[in-house]
Amino acid sequence: MVCLLIMETAMLGVFAALDFVLFYILWEAMLVPMYLLIGIWGGPRKIYASIKFFLYTLAGSILLLVAIIWLYVSNDYSFFIPDIMWKNYSSTAQLMLFGAFFLAFAIKVPMFPFHTWLPAAHVEAPTAGSVILASILLKMGTYGFLRFALPIAPHAVVQVMPWVLWLSIAGIIYGGFAALAQKDMKKLIAYSSVGHMGFVTLGIFILNIQGIEGAILQMINHGVTTGALFLCIGMIYERTHSRELALATGVGKYMPVYVTFLTFFTLSSVGFPGTNSFVGEFMVLAGVFEPNKFFSNNIALGLAAIPGAVLAAAYMLRMLQKIIWGGTSNPDQSWISDLNAREIVTLAPFLLFVFWIGLAPGTFLQFMHASVAELVTKFHAAQSAATVAGQILQ
Amino acid sequence: MRFLPELLLLGSGLVFFFLSLGKPSDQLLKRTANIISLIVLLSTLACLGQQGSLFYDSYRVDLFSQFFKMLLAAATFFLLLGTNGHPSIKSNSKAEYYIFMFMSLLGLMMLVSSVEMISIFVALELSSFAVYVMVPLRADTGKKILHTEAGIKYLLYGVMATGFLLFGMSYLYGLTGTTHLYGLAGTSHEQGLVEQVTYMFNRPAAVVAMVMVMSGFFYKLALFPFHFWVPDVYEGSANETTAFIATVPKLAAVALLIRLVTMINVDGQTIVNLLLICSLGSMFYGNLSALVQKDLKRMLAFSGIAHAGFILFGLLTFQITGYTNAMYYIVGYVVMNLAIFMVVCTISKTGENILIEDLRGLNARSPLLALTLLVSLFSLAGIPPFIGFTGKFMLLIGALKQDPRFLIPVILAAFNTAIGIYYYLSVVRIAYCTDEEKTEPVQTSFMVKVLSLFFIALIVYLGLIPSSLLAISQKAINVIL
Repeated sequence: MVCLLIMETAMLGVFAALDFVLFYILWEAMLVPMYLLIGIWGGPRKIYASIKFFLYTLAGSILLLVAIIWLYVSNDYSFFIPDIMWKNYSSTAQLMLFGAFFLAFAIKVPMFPFHTWLPAAHVEAPTAGSVILASILLKMGTYGFLRFALPIAPHAVVQVMPWVLWLSIAGIIYGGFAALAQKDMKKLIAYSSVGHMGFVTLGIFILNIQGIEGAILQMINHGVTTGALFLCIGMIYERTHSRELALATGVGKYMPVYVTFLTFFTLSSVGFPGTNSFVGEFMVLAGVFEPNKFFSNNIALGLAAIPGAVLAAAYMLRMLQKIIWGGTSNPDQSWISDLNAREIVTLAPFLLFVFWIGLAPGTFLQFMHASVAELVTKFHAAQSAATVAGQILQ
Repeated sequence: MRFLPELLLLGSGLVFFFLSLGKPSDQLLKRTANIISLIVLLSTLACLGQQGSLFYDSYRVDLFSQFFKMLLAAATFFLLLGTNGHPSIKSNSKAEYYIFMFMSLLGLMMLVSSVEMISIFVALELSSFAVYVMVPLRADTGKKILHTEAGIKYLLYGVMATGFLLFGMSYLYGLTGTTHLYGLAGTSHEQGLVEQVTYMFNRPAAVVAMVMVMSGFFYKLALFPFHFWVPDVYEGSANETTAFIATVPKLAAVALLIRLVTMINVDGQTIVNLLLICSLGSMFYGNLSALVQKDLKRMLAFSGIAHAGFILFGLLTFQITGYTNAMYYIVGYVVMNLAIFMVVCTISKTGENILIEDLRGLNARSPLLALTLLVSLFSLAGIPPFIGFTGKFMLLIGALKQDPRFLIPVILAAFNTAIGIYYYLSVVRIAYCTDEEKTEPVQTSFMVKVLSLFFIALIVYLGLIPSSLLAISQKAINVIL
């Protein structure tokens, strides 16, 4: 409980901090309680998972610290983030800064080649830990991209944009295939997270209003849906004491309320129209297909992302089918009890948000529209300024 | 009054000498030592504002020296309070052990005040010789006679380092014709009569002389090319002795190094590069070797080598901010180490060495000790919001601020932090993440509990609000510039 509260403090602070040092301190301070959550209350391979989580994320953010110090020194000794943004650093400096940011944030997201800590940490963490990890912790990475990488190193972002976009696609496809092969329910959801976060980075780095708004919405959606799915699996785990999909088959007959919830969340995760993820993914893809002045292969990119959505349907529906009906060789589940009132109250708000965002996303979009529009305008302005400067030099 | 803490320490030597004539009980000795160290601490606090010079200006009493004396006394006080009666010291020589400890403290206190090379040498020898005797004063454990080996190693390396020191001093005298530090640095009354070493760093002789003098203190600080004694001495001496060696002399070494580097002119690129190599070498050597250690004290020894590299990193910026940061860093380092050694001494009831494996399930055996260990190890690793992070952060800022060419060393230092995390984390892992069959709880006295909370609070407080300590450090260093 202490760990959870300390972590909540740190995470609120991370998103609110306007001072770079404060941001870094809170960003790192959150590791210790999370490490203890996994390390003390985790599953059988908790030591491996917690150490990997800790080392991976910490090693990634060390260079972020150097970048912060460099920015501090080259900005008249200021740590104030708005002072640091939009400063037209030289292109070498921007590339190095982006490298440091990318390493720190991509590990946190996690993007495709840096994702290996996530399944391990998710699987071993207790349910509460998994929910926090999926719903909020991962968003720190994408928030970092939006907050720091884009405004501080716009020139470098355009240069590396194709790589990052294709990495996102790789994440979506890879996450989908890996999830398809899992026997462990938590691992399945963890890999689906890799895929969903791929959509988020895809939206961010397509660099237009549609894409970024879709990405932010998708961040919220992923928090709601995946958090709810982890809770659902936690509830099964409390009953069967196993995360094996094979041991949880055919509970639909005995847990009708539970499978109703599960079905809605699964459909949301798949991106079914009417649920929240549909709106997010649709906006991201719409952003991708929009003519793009930095990236010409956007149609191919969009087409490559489509199989990811199909894969999501395949693995999620497979899990749903197994849990509700199973096959002929279901274990005897007749002793299992349905959700109690506490569990229903826990899940109900998630369901509310699934449909609220799905049917009336305007409520949420209006909050972000002004800031995203400003971000994109300033980004384009910085680009054209850089191009003009380049032409004058030539 | 200016000389009060030193006189009290001298008197305490006599007290323990008389006690050693009879057969005092452990309890009596322990209490006497606690009370004396408290009195010394109070006297240093009382003398904090004193100023002046003694013994024909070879002994300066100023805020810098008085602040360091206060730190030395405080470290010894908390060390004695946190360790429990020295179970592994030979029972018939406990009184002598305290004599040597206080004599060493006296030497270190004189060291931070000395501004004349001869008196520096005398004070250094007083402090070192006392520790040479403390190391082998460990009861035989039956198996290996590690403490004797450690004692001889410590002595031989110490003598070698002193040799370097004297040789360097003779060069400095030869170059300038004075043995007074202020004369060397060009702030003395005889300005113009002698050529100051400050302006000589384009000459090889001055570089060699200065590096040799500094290496005498590198030995005390356990810095890279003079680190060979560290792991064996840490492992071989009793836990309490190790705690002393790991904390108190390092404070004095940093004080003297600050005095020495203020004489160096920044234009001397050679010496900067040389120190940079020592610093980075120290970090890499310490961190990489610590990865494979099984004995907790050995691991702390290598981690100490790595931290010495960080401290030198602050000194070689040749800026007041760098010195201030180094001072802040060493204070933090001493606090963290005192906390860890308190945990080690409490767990090791009979004074045996603690393997990292022995910490298994500490979380269940004593949650408070485990938390103290966790906080201080994470702090050593440099994780916010603890003091270790703030120290490293400011050192890196200071270095980069001073010269943009330090970018590569700063990145390398940051990499070292990442390496270090692994071994600190694996100790925490053993203490926290193992569910073992029930082992007996660790008995902790009331004093240890209070001290645990105090150390945790101090590590967090100084990490979050560093300004007070930094302000007083800066004031102290301004005095000697």
